[in-house]
Parts: sequence; C-alpha cells; structure tokens
Amino acid sequence: MEKINKMTKGTVAGIIANLVFVEVDGPVQQNEICYIDLDGTKLMAEVIKINGTQAYVQVFESTRGLKVNDTVEFTGHMLEVTLGPGILSKNYDGLQNDLDKMDGVFLKRGEHTNPLEDEKKWEFKPLAKEGDVLEAGGWLGEVKENWMPHKIMIPFKFKGKYTVKNVVDAGEYTIKDTIAVVADENGKEINITMTQKWPVKLAIKAYKEKPRPFKLLETGVRVIDTLNPITEGGTGFIPGPFGTGKTVLQHALSKQAEADLIIVAACGERANEVVEIFTEFPELDDPRSGRKLMERTTIIANTSNMPVAAREASVYTAMTLGEYYRAMGLKVLLLADSTSRWAQALREMSNRMEELPGQDAFPMDLPAIISNFYSRAGFTYLNNGSTGSITFIGTVSPAGGNLKEPVTESTKKAARCFYALSQQRADSKRYPAIDPLDSYSKYAEYPEVEEYLKENIDPEWPEKIRLARDILIRSREVAEQINILGDDGVPIEYHERFWKGEIVDFVILQQDAFDKIDCSTSLERQKYMLNKVLDVYHTSFAFDSFDEVGTFFKGIINNMRQMNYSEYESEKFYENEKKLNSLIEERKIA
Amino acid sequence: METKAFQKIYTKITQITKATCSLKATGVGYEEMAIVHGRLAQVVKIMGDDVTLQIFSGTEGIPTNAEVVFLGRPPVLKVSDELSGRFFNAYGDPIDGRPAIEGEERQIGGPSVNPVRRKQPSEFIPTGIAGIDLNNALVTGQKIPFFADPDQPFNQVMSMVALRADADKIILGGMGLTNDDYLYYKNVFENAGALDRIISFVNTTEDPPVERILVPDMALTAAEYFAVDKKQKVLVLLTDMTLYADALSIVSNRMDQIPSKDSMPGSLYSDLAKIYEKAVQFPDGGSITIIAVTTLSGGDITHAIPDNTGYITEGQLFLRKDTDIGKVVVDPFRSLSRLKQLVIGKKTRADHPQVMNAAIRLYADAANAKTKQENGFDLTDYDERTLSFAKDYSNKLLAIDVNIEVDQMLETSWNLFGKHFSPIEVGIKEEFVDKHWPKED
Repeated sequence: MEKINKMTKGTVAGIIANLVFVEVDGPVQQNEICYIDLDGTKLMAEVIKINGTQAYVQVFESTRGLKVNDTVEFTGHMLEVTLGPGILSKNYDGLQNDLDKMDGVFLKRGEHTNPLEDEKKWEFKPLAKEGDVLEAGGWLGEVKENWMPHKIMIPFKFKGKYTVKNVVDAGEYTIKDTIAVVADENGKEINITMTQKWPVKLAIKAYKEKPRPFKLLETGVRVIDTLNPITEGGTGFIPGPFGTGKTVLQHALSKQAEADLIIVAACGERANEVVEIFTEFPELDDPRSGRKLMERTTIIANTSNMPVAAREASVYTAMTLGEYYRAMGLKVLLLADSTSRWAQALREMSNRMEELPGQDAFPMDLPAIISNFYSRAGFTYLNNGSTGSITFIGTVSPAGGNLKEPVTESTKKAARCFYALSQQRADSKRYPAIDPLDSYSKYAEYPEVEEYLKENIDPEWPEKIRLARDILIRSREVAEQINILGDDGVPIEYHERFWKGEIVDFVILQQDAFDKIDCSTSLERQKYMLNKVLDVYHTSFAFDSFDEVGTFFKGIINNMRQMNYSEYESEKFYENEKKLNSLIEERKIA
Repeated sequence: METKAFQKIYTKITQITKATCSLKATGVGYEEMAIVHGRLAQVVKIMGDDVTLQIFSGTEGIPTNAEVVFLGRPPVLKVSDELSGRFFNAYGDPIDGRPAIEGEERQIGGPSVNPVRRKQPSEFIPTGIAGIDLNNALVTGQKIPFFADPDQPFNQVMSMVALRADADKIILGGMGLTNDDYLYYKNVFENAGALDRIISFVNTTEDPPVERILVPDMALTAAEYFAVDKKQKVLVLLTDMTLYADALSIVSNRMDQIPSKDSMPGSLYSDLAKIYEKAVQFPDGGSITIIAVTTLSGGDITHAIPDNTGYITEGQLFLRKDTDIGKVVVDPFRSLSRLKQLVIGKKTRADHPQVMNAAIRLYADAANAKTKQENGFDLTDYDERTLSFAKDYSNKLLAIDVNIEVDQMLETSWNLFGKHFSPIEVGIKEEFVDKHWPKED
C-alpha cells in the first residue's frame, strides 16, 4: 500500500480482448492499478499476473483501437474505493464512479467521476476528545448522512495505537477539511479528514471479534423468517432457474429487511431491473424511518452489458462499502444479483490467460474465491464494544437450472442459508417459489440462535417449526400416493393430511409480494398465524367423502388468506378470524 | 472496401489457419479492420509485431504473399435517413442493386447506455395477437425472444408482429436466413407497402457463417441512430440468434479457446448480453425494442444458448401446435413477458390482469382434466366444461391468426367465461364481474 513504485511506467506489448501485456521499467505489484493511454483517453486496468518484466493487466474497458507501444502509468496501489459521507443514495458503477455525474447517454471510455462531493458541508459532531487512545476504525466524530449517523474514523490503513491531539468543534465541514489531529506511537502528528481510501480486495478488519451470528434478522418474508431464518451477519444464497422470481425476492428483501442500510450490487444482470430500483426506491416509503428508502440505499450497478472486468470488481466494491458502514456499528444488508455473473467474469479472464480449466471451464480456485468473499460478511463486536453486521445474500443463476454446476456447489459450501427456488412451485404460481424442504438454514441449528428464538418469539418456537416442516413432508408423501392410486383409492384421512399441508403452504409459505399488506409480515404476526395454522392441524374433523375434505379446507385456506390480506389486528382481520372459527366449528370433532 | 494510396501494403503472411492469418505489422490498433486478399478481416490479437487477423469469409485460397492492407478503423456503418427501405449484407454494403448510401460513419458495437440515463419502459406495443397482447404484453424497450423449434412458423409470426406494431422503424437482422426466408421477408415487407420504414441486414445460408457475427451490431448501430438522434421508436428483429451463437463458437474454437458448456465460448453470456442490452427506453421518447428468435433443438431450453438467453432477456415466447384445433398457438404456460406488469391494467383496461390470470387458470384446469381423461379416470361436469372452454379459448384467442384489439380480447374472454362457467368458478373481483359479466339475453 505504500507508494514505493510510484514512478513505474510501461508500454503495451500485446493485446487479446481486454487482456493486455505490458512491458514495465520498474517494480509492479500484483493487483496494482495502472492507466493505459489511448490517444489521451486513460483506460483503467489491473495487474493480474507478472512474468519477468511483463505485466498481464485486465482492462476495465473496451480495448478497441489500442496499439503496441502505447504508454502505461502505474499508480502504486490496488483498486481502491473512497470512503466518506455521501455514499448513501448514490448510484455507482463497479469501480465506484458516480453514474449520475457522467455526461451523455452513453458510457464513455476512460471517464472517471468523483464518488463523493468535495464541496458539500456536513454537520460534524465530535465523539472523541483530546487524550483518547484509538485504533484504526476508532470513532472521532459523526455527521448525519441523510438521517444515518455516519462515524468519522481513524483510517483503516493506520496500524497501532493513536492518541487524539485535538478534534474540531461541532460545526460544518467539507470532507477535505481536517477534523482531527492524532499522534502515532512515535509522537508523529497526522491530520485526519472525513475521507479515506481502502483496497477492495482486502477485508477491513477494524473490529475486536467476530462471534457466530445469533440474532434473527427479520425480513418480513414468512418462508424465510419462520422456516429458514437468517441471522444478523449471516450469509445466504438464492439459486434458481430464470423466471422463478429471484429478482422479485431480492427486491422484497431490500425493501423490508430490518437493516440500517442496504447495498445492492447489480452484477451482470439486466439494466431494466436496475432502472426499476432507480425508479422505485426514491418513491418507496421506508417503514423504519418514514423517509424514502433510497436515503439508506446505495446501488452498485454493473449491468450485463458493462465491461466484464469491472463486473468482478463490483462485488468487492459493494462488500468494502458494507465493511465501512459495519465499522460504524450499523446493520448492513448486502445483496448481490448475481454471483454467477461474477464467476463468469473470472472464467473469461482465466480462459484468456490460458490457465488450466476446472469444471465447466471455471478457474480451479473458484470455490476458494467464493468462500473467501462470503467470509467477509458477519456479525462483529467493535473495539469500542458496539456491534455491527453485514448480512450477505447472493443470488446464483445456475446454468440450465442445474444445481450441480460449480458456482452453486461452491456457494453451497460457503453460505449458511440456502433458499432453493423451485421451477415447479414457480410454474404453479406458488410464490415466493422457495422450496420449504430443499431449503435450509444452518443457523436454525445453532443453540444460541434457538435460545434467541425461544426468548424472543415463543419458548416452543423451534418445536413448532419442526412440526410445520413435518406436516409439509407428510402432505407431500400423501400427495404422491393420491396421484398414483386416485382420489378414491386412499382413505379419507389421507386427504385430510394432504390438505393440512396445503394450509401451511398457502397461508405461511405463499406470500403476495405485490400486495401492500401481505408483502411484509412482522414476527409477531407470523407467530400468530403459525399458531392458528397449528391449531387447525391439531383439530380432528369429520368427513363423509373425500370431496368434502377439499371443499372444506379450501374454505379454511381462503379465510386465512383473507386474514393475511387484512391489516394486522384490524376489525377486518378479526372478522375473518371469526368466520374461520365458525367454519372450523362446523366439522370439528369434540 | 476502399484502399488509399499512402497505405502500407503487407505481402508476407506468416501463418494461416481456417479462420485467421498472422503477419508482422506495426502501428495496428486492436479490432482494426483490414483487407486480406480482397476479403474483410479484423484484428483479434496483437503480440509485439505479430498481428492476427480474423477473416470473416474464411481463408480458403489465401496465399502467403497475399496483399494485406489495414484500414485504420474498426468496423463502421454509414448512418443517415437513406438507410430506410434498403437491404444490406453483414458488412453494411447494399445487396439490393442500388448505390451505396451517404452518411456519417459510426463504429459498430459501440458503448453501453449509462443505466441512470434509461427510463423505465412503460409503453404498450399492441400486436393484435391475443396470445401476446392479452397474456404476454410487450413493452417498448423490452427484449424478448421466441423460443421455437426450427419447424415452427416463427418467421411468419415475427413479420406479423413487426408490421402490426406501432414502430417508426423496423430493422431486420437476419443471420443464416435461408434464401427462401429472406425472400419471404422481402415480399411481406414489400406487399405491406411498409418498405420505407424497414432496414435489413442479411446474412443468408449462402454467405460464410462467421460474417454473421457482424449482423446484430450493424442492425443495432442503425437502431441507435434512429432512436437516439431521431428519437424514434425502433423495433429490431434478430433471427436466428442460435446461428449467431454457433458462429461465435466456431471462432472461439479456431482461436483455440477452452470451450465451456455445450462447446460454447465462456463469454457467451456477455456476448449475448451486449446485444440484447441495447434494448432501451430513452426519456425523450426514442426506444429500441428487440424481438429475437432462438431456435431450440428438440425443445431443450437447458442448452447453453437458450439458457443464457433466458437470463438476459425479459421473458420468452413459446409457440406450440394445438392439435385439438389444428392451429399454432402462443403457449400461455411457458411464455412470459417480464415487463407486462408495467402496462397491463394501466395502459389497458383495469380488468386485464384478473381476466388474464383467470383464463390461464381455467386453461390449466382443462389440461389437468385432459390428463385425467387420458388416464381413464371419470370426468366431472366441471372438467367437461373446462375442456370445451379450452377449445374455444385456443381458437378465439391463443391462435396466432387472431388479429383484434385488446378490448375485444377482454370481451371475448368474458363471453367465454359466461358461456362455460359461473362467476364463482371464474373467481374474479366482484366489481369487474358486475361490470363485464355477459348479460343473459
């Protein structure tokens, strides 16, 4: 990170697509950033391999028109992001260029824009005082970024302990102003501003410890919260063939999850989907603050038609921004759609480098790269005792819908929650199409998570969840038998067993993401409805023929769904519940 | 294919493969065009002074002392209003016997639109085909392919859609079209009297396959000219993208690249995305909508080409022969337009989404009844009624020869509901039933 080789220069020696060979005149480092001069346009590139005096660089933009002997300047540092107030509500590309600051309709090669505002004044409030001893990530003061408390910290690159010499008084400052002076262990004084830089490929480790995550992260999606819960600081992934509702689910999570801020990395996906976020988020009310959702959202857009190499960088950029906010003691939700496109970017490059390929021509170290990336998420205790977390959920687009392909398999090893989208459920319009039985949450097995659920939801909650799963499994088994033997080839109880599973499916699992009320369900309400469903399950009913079973339970389901569609604890809600109860009474065996 | 007097002529080729040749040259730009032995070629690799050229029409008969001239520019298309009504080959040269056009030279395969400069698509494109308008409404700025087996009449449906759609320009990118299909398009466009708003870039099966790689970029460069400079609504037809992808795999194979799934190049996703993502709605009214054809082999959508396409495009349309009525229909189950929510019930009548869903659900019930029938189980009265509904629904709405307005499609649906079912069985919101349920005479 030290600028030891600032003066290294080079010339282009060869070009294959966006892989360029550069003859260098001095030291270069792996992953160092350089700029190639193409008739005055500076093309940004990253060193990915070094062989003697030749550096192999991947160019983040089109190399059309590049010639041998064009000059190259090395920067002495790796790919870095600029950290400071002003990141929220921004739309960045994969290299943290502010897309809104770019001129014209088309993206121009070599156009780099400032990710932050140099002139804007921020209302600063000191947190540290003279004599305080802090480490990297220690809080010196805070500004309000939209409504979020944004901490100004000792830069992450600083090593050792620093004594605060002074912090400026509360007031308005720009990000370039010095807001504090600190002294290192040798007494050398250093001026601190509100911004710092950090290389994206390295994890920010300015925390004390990273325990196993134990707190439930509410998402409002019933099939996740109730059956396969994810934790604050947890990791999950959503694989699914196209058309099974991956994107709708991710959008629902970003809108509802109980996080302080959201970072969305649109990585190699459709541009119109990003436009949907651009269009909707500034309009959407944030249920948590009463402001607009966009105020606590940052979007990293590197859509499928944008340069492939920058696609790989985009997920790292997003993760680094997340780590920055985690160090402020905030709950970050990071969503990446889709990590398969990122893996494909790795494949294209490995291909051009003529590396020996692994399965499906992906690089051999793909599993290591993926698990390394997922491991950067997590729940942390900061040095000052506060907590912060990054919950990471990535989507995977398995080729041909086949979950045995390398990206899905590698991700399965790294992520702790698995939300399998099933084509079959999508075809029968049972949304969200998360298969309740194929999916799992490893967190649900953690004793500390179980303890948390018992304490915060219901002492019998884990039992109830297991029961709900069993009901679904039995219902599925019976459904197969009915299919083979015919409706009248099985006892009537079988039909009852089947329909009791359908209740869990229709009332708990299925959820209308486009309905104002049903789209998000509070934990309290999830508990209420699950209890209701289990009550029906534990009740015995009398039927004369299998026809009656279906009709009766369809009525039950309809009533419970009406409850789902009504405001919780409203008159309408209880009205529907009353109807439901009288329906149950009709056939109940005392 | 102009050569200029001062240009350096190279005459020493050091290596020739099936698709490429290499020579020593300096001052050459990456992706620069060249003429080798009278054939167009493009720089694909530079290593020191070793330059490798890809020759689009193949290297048959090229001698080691062939003349090589570099043109000093990447592939370009001349754009102006004169493009209208003309037919070109993959290089942008006229093939209709008329003179070359005058205009501004634009590089093909240009940069992408900044995502923050896009507008969310919101304009409905009526086609008159109920299987599309009613169930899978298309929107300007959308990209959607037909997934079809080679024996299905996708070219006919596509030309129908093109001519009925309200577009200022229709641009056809034909890749590996048979000569018969090419003449079919030409005829249809001429007979419709629509030739002045149509531009065609055609590579037929008679032309070398690698040339196809240029066709989508040519068509989309023309499209961007009309959509950006002239703020027009442009519809781009690309057929057949499977043959385009096959050409890519030929090239990557000859360049000794490691193939990934189904022997396709590892960059297939990015290559296809670069094309399809040119579909865009601009805030000032201009738009590019792409309708493509991806032929399947034996209906297999897990093959790398349709699979990658499905992840890129905003839905897909399936054609199917309905043997009960003997017509080709747009399959309501497998087809999907991801952008339809942006227009149905908003730009069309409010009952549209509910009518669409109810009809498809009843049609699915009919499919279940049919399975039951085939397995020898008894049919209930409801089953019988769904079957007769399905037949009417196929005939009057799903068949591709239907050509009516959306309101009429909705009325037809209501009439079919009334004829076969009770309002409870249809299960549509009461306010719509009160308003639209057919009155008994």
